[in-house]
Amino acid sequence: MNTRTEDLPDTEEPAEPDRPPAAGPVTNLVIALLVVLLGGAAMAGSLRLGVGSLAAPGPGTWPAVVSAVLVMLGLALAVRVRHTDDAERFTRSGLLVLAAVASMAVFVAVVGTIGFEVPTALLAFVWLRLLGRESWRTSIVVSLAVTFALYLIFVGALDVTIPHLL
Amino acid sequence: MSAVLDGFAVVVEPKNLLYCLIGVIIGMLIGVLPGLGPAATIAILLPVTFGLEPVTSIIMLAGIFYGAQYGGTITSVLLRLPGEASSVVTVFDGHALARQGKAGTALGIAAIGSFVGGTLSIVALTFVAPLVAGFALDFGPPEYTALALLGILLIATISNGSRLKAFIAAAIGLLLATVGRDDFISAERFTFGSLSLADGLDFVPIAMGLFGLGEILYNLEERHRTPHTPAAVHNIWPSRSDLRQASGAIGRGGVIGFVLGILPGGGAVLSSLAAYAVEKRRSRHPERFGQGAIEGVAAPETANNAAATSSFIPLLSLGIPANATMAVIFGALLIQGITPGPQLVTEHPDLFWGVVNSMYIGNVLLLIMSLPLVGLFVRILRVRAAILAPITALITLIGAYTVRNDVFDIALVLFFGVLGYLMKKAGFDPGPMVLAFVLGSLLESSLRRSLLMFDGNPGGFFARPISGVLLASFIVVILLPVARSMRRRHRSGRDRLNEPV
Repeated sequence: MNTRTEDLPDTEEPAEPDRPPAAGPVTNLVIALLVVLLGGAAMAGSLRLGVGSLAAPGPGTWPAVVSAVLVMLGLALAVRVRHTDDAERFTRSGLLVLAAVASMAVFVAVVGTIGFEVPTALLAFVWLRLLGRESWRTSIVVSLAVTFALYLIFVGALDVTIPHLL
Repeated sequence: MSAVLDGFAVVVEPKNLLYCLIGVIIGMLIGVLPGLGPAATIAILLPVTFGLEPVTSIIMLAGIFYGAQYGGTITSVLLRLPGEASSVVTVFDGHALARQGKAGTALGIAAIGSFVGGTLSIVALTFVAPLVAGFALDFGPPEYTALALLGILLIATISNGSRLKAFIAAAIGLLLATVGRDDFISAERFTFGSLSLADGLDFVPIAMGLFGLGEILYNLEERHRTPHTPAAVHNIWPSRSDLRQASGAIGRGGVIGFVLGILPGGGAVLSSLAAYAVEKRRSRHPERFGQGAIEGVAAPETANNAAATSSFIPLLSLGIPANATMAVIFGALLIQGITPGPQLVTEHPDLFWGVVNSMYIGNVLLLIMSLPLVGLFVRILRVRAAILAPITALITLIGAYTVRNDVFDIALVLFFGVLGYLMKKAGFDPGPMVLAFVLGSLLESSLRRSLLMFDGNPGGFFARPISGVLLASFIVVILLPVARSMRRRHRSGRDRLNEPV
């Protein structure tokens, strides 16, 4: 980027005040190794597909080239572990995300059999009450209203075939 | 010329006008709300566009994109809280002006600058895009290989955060694009025996997951403080002296925004930074910047709107998306059965000119609405993020199902949502990944076709003038930063030697 930071005025508050602390070198190393592993696995898969030759490229040629580049980039990242500081540490608030993902996994698991209304209301309630720490009243009212509104939009107006009870 | 006029006829159809209005209103809303950006919003709303005609859907999505540039300004000025990344620099002088009781002036200048920048850019787009498209009609596989490579490279180079990580994200995106049946001999690749994967990964769940759900999850970690009470807004119409002071900045910002918007990886964020830096550097009183200089609001706000508009040029004329939002609009066009490329202007003139001309109308709508509605938008900010999060998440999940009426797609969105969250945590920008995924199959098939053409001799790329020049610039862009850092290291090593012991 050509814009240098000295062109921006110093301000008393940083633009992103709530940024969690940076992750340590171990996390960064794990990230780099994951990249190398992914590249290696893709490379193995591409070789099995058959790489052909430059004159007659096979189905594995292109994936093999890309995975080779990926492995090299991952190794470069591993070498520079001490100079990277852009990864964030996982803090307690990461548990909120875990709970959110779990609630959505349940949504995916049951929506095909029991329709979308009940899972929708439950998911909204969980996010409002447990994740957002809204009051009982707000959580109940908003989750019911949201379900009703989504029903009107998707089933009523857009006539989507999402599994529904009513 | 008649095609241009026909385009206006398309725009003034009541349905298209309505969706243009809906688009710019949604755009302003998400521009005001910190958190969801235009790429995420457009990704989440992709399923809604299925039922619409191609022109109408792209008019709406484009409206969201440039509308967001208007909205982002409001929170930057009033709350010191940039709603969009492209309004971050507006915070410095915009909020300083608000503290001096001149919030209205700042918003007024920003709205006028945005309008001028957007409109100038559309006029230029009207003339430049068909020229580029006409030039690109002769492009063969080697040119497309070079163009796609250069596009991915530039996007990764200019993306947020570490360049190395951007390249890694792009490489993974290219690999994701290879999942499914091979276009040439229909061998199944990386499908793990799954029937749902045999047709390849669909763009919609990937974009909805990485951009939409990933961003929602990332924001769950209570990243945004509840905003404090905003400054009062009055005197929106800027005085004549303010206008005179800002007019130069608006002109320069418009040009910078237009040029940077065309470049792959440029777009609104980079151009607003560049326009601010230029104004500060050429000012005779650079110390005024950060203390409430009106040019510090006018230049970046003009530039980001100009760039938002001009970044449509590479998409509509070459079929190469210049930034993350354009990648999602590329996906929206594919859903409608339209492959963006140089043939778009001639084969779908109603779409091309309809979308381009809708931007004139959209900008007028934004100019009319943005000033009187400031108060309303400020009130919307009071809606807590905790209430908005489940609503956006549910729209994403249910919307994902509607794409192919398949629960598997909701699971995919969830998977890519988690991936997007983890990538952001680990310092990877998901933008280059989505872009590389979009360009992946074009890149692979053109590369393989070119290699067949050249009998496997890669030197063939350099024997053709256009692909040769493009690939040469590809190599320059890769080598330049390496050379620069080596020179710097060399110099610092020499300095250390010269230090007295």
